[in-house]
Amino acid sequence: MTAADLIQAVRGRFPDAVIGSHDYRGDATVIIHSPPLLEVARTLKQDPAFRMNFLMDLTAVDYSAFGKKPDRAFFASSGVPVRPPPQIPDPEPWPGPPSPARFALVYHFFSSLRKHRIRMEVPVEEQEAELDSLTSLWPGADWLEREVWDMFGIRFRGHGNLKRILMYEEFSGHPLRKDYPVNKRQPLLGPVN
Amino acid sequence: MDNGAGLQTREMLLNVGPAHPAMHGIIRIVTKLDGERVTDVDVEIGYLHRGFEKMSETVDYNGVIPYTDRLNYVSPLINNMGYCMAVEKLLGISVPERCHYIRVIVSEISRITDHLTCVGASAMELGAFTVFLYMIKAREYLWELVEMVTGARLTVSYCRVGGVKGDLPEGFAARCKFALQETRKVLAESHALLTRNRIFVDRMSGTGTISAEDAISYGITGPFLRATGAAYDVRKDCPYSVYDRLDFDVPVGTRGDNYDRYLVRMEEMEQSMRIIELALRDIPPGPVQTNPETGRPIPAAEMVDEGKVGNIVAIAGVRAVTDPTLEGSGKPHHPAIAADEKRVFLPSKEDTYGNIEGLMQHFKLVMHGHGIRPPKGEVYFPVEGANGELGFYIVSDGADKPYRVRVRPPCFAIMSALPKLLIGDLVADLIPTFGSVNMIGGELDR
Repeated sequence: MTAADLIQAVRGRFPDAVIGSHDYRGDATVIIHSPPLLEVARTLKQDPAFRMNFLMDLTAVDYSAFGKKPDRAFFASSGVPVRPPPQIPDPEPWPGPPSPARFALVYHFFSSLRKHRIRMEVPVEEQEAELDSLTSLWPGADWLEREVWDMFGIRFRGHGNLKRILMYEEFSGHPLRKDYPVNKRQPLLGPVN
Repeated sequence: MDNGAGLQTREMLLNVGPAHPAMHGIIRIVTKLDGERVTDVDVEIGYLHRGFEKMSETVDYNGVIPYTDRLNYVSPLINNMGYCMAVEKLLGISVPERCHYIRVIVSEISRITDHLTCVGASAMELGAFTVFLYMIKAREYLWELVEMVTGARLTVSYCRVGGVKGDLPEGFAARCKFALQETRKVLAESHALLTRNRIFVDRMSGTGTISAEDAISYGITGPFLRATGAAYDVRKDCPYSVYDRLDFDVPVGTRGDNYDRYLVRMEEMEQSMRIIELALRDIPPGPVQTNPETGRPIPAAEMVDEGKVGNIVAIAGVRAVTDPTLEGSGKPHHPAIAADEKRVFLPSKEDTYGNIEGLMQHFKLVMHGHGIRPPKGEVYFPVEGANGELGFYIVSDGADKPYRVRVRPPCFAIMSALPKLLIGDLVADLIPTFGSVNMIGGELDR
């Protein structure tokens, strides 16, 4: 199916869950509410129209700093601000971040049978920051969700072993959040014997 | 536990790693053993986490490329290519035909070096040290090619957004032919030493088995998936660059065990060599080095002096003598290797040093806050890495730095399936199974 057909098919199946869609640069993207996430994912996996057998990737984006603090362009030696060059224009612009919510979970599904891909985005507010786990559908979601928890602090309901994966247990904070300073250092704690 | 005869047995906890001779990289596998049988496995990763994704948000678009070298450090050229093609998709630009072929050639060379390392190292761990030395010898020939093209062996940073750093050097085709011929000899020798070797087959066959359905549900791709019989290859199924014009086969296995993975990798090297030969045959010709009107090439420094006295007309067409590491990046090569988009690709050094427009263009692209400023948007672009689907997901907010860069590391999915692969096998089978995963720490932990 083409990107537009895929979006139409998902919209037709879940008219209430889908809150937005686009096919920027040919990537079919649907934005859905978080409550029916598990149901939508199950349909994408099992419905003969989609047959998305791969959960290729799962990640999140922290949109809290999006477009808010553009870097000033300046001459490195003098610090004199100058006007940055204009952006490269886009004939078909991107509609923008999925929602005003702080985080967006980004799922990339792929069907090796139908050779189509779809990206599903789920906006999450910082306060709730909890979603249904997809580990019951794809065991590969286990580590991916652990990484999202580790890096962004988003929790997953029904995940049996939600602990840090790349950072160590004693680490405080979630490094890929935009408010985590890039040069912040924490002591490396060894295991307590 | 009581085994019925009144003798007590108990489970044993065996800690493999983080620094173990058979762990290629730093990783900890905690196994629970009942006798020699593995009953439970806990895999602990993250020892090589360097914050690739966080660092990418602090540098400009071209500045990410050196970081991508350090993801899969056995085949860095494929990472370079994947990242650059993702940004090009975001920008909506395309690169010249010759550049596509160059990228395909160098990434297939990288795929061979990656598979040679994987097969050689796993063979060594099973006692076949000779094979390891032979394969490293073949890899050396290929790395010499890489060095010839990029100027570096490991941290190549060869691709640029909108092109590649330099054209293929003179005499590349002949050197490549020689290297492939030597590699074929090594592969024949390795086949003779391994494929029907009783010890090797006994260790590899029937161990670390996984079915196609399980592999897919874990998100496993690449040779590991193809050994189970599922013929998914990004180069065939979602063709990018010029792979759809090159004729090659996708080898698949049937049983999904270590032995099939070995055979698939051996055959993939053969197919990669086929792709390189076809690409070298079809590659459009490069630029013809013309003698500039003014005659001699003059050094860049001298050019600046000439420009200071106002002699810009005379030097505009002259080739500067550039550093040897920039060979192939000169002005005549530019139309063949770089996209025709001044807001993306650095001008040739002749222009940077020789005229004010070139200098300004260079300045605009390298200064803080200037640089490449793609439109707002998000893209995902997958390429076939040596271990499977290597995808880059990039979000741009219109600034000169990426808002978010996410890499989908192929061996992350395979490592998450490691408990599934190991449980039920003997503890000695851990070594070939882990070897066939081809874990690359830089890519796994980022």
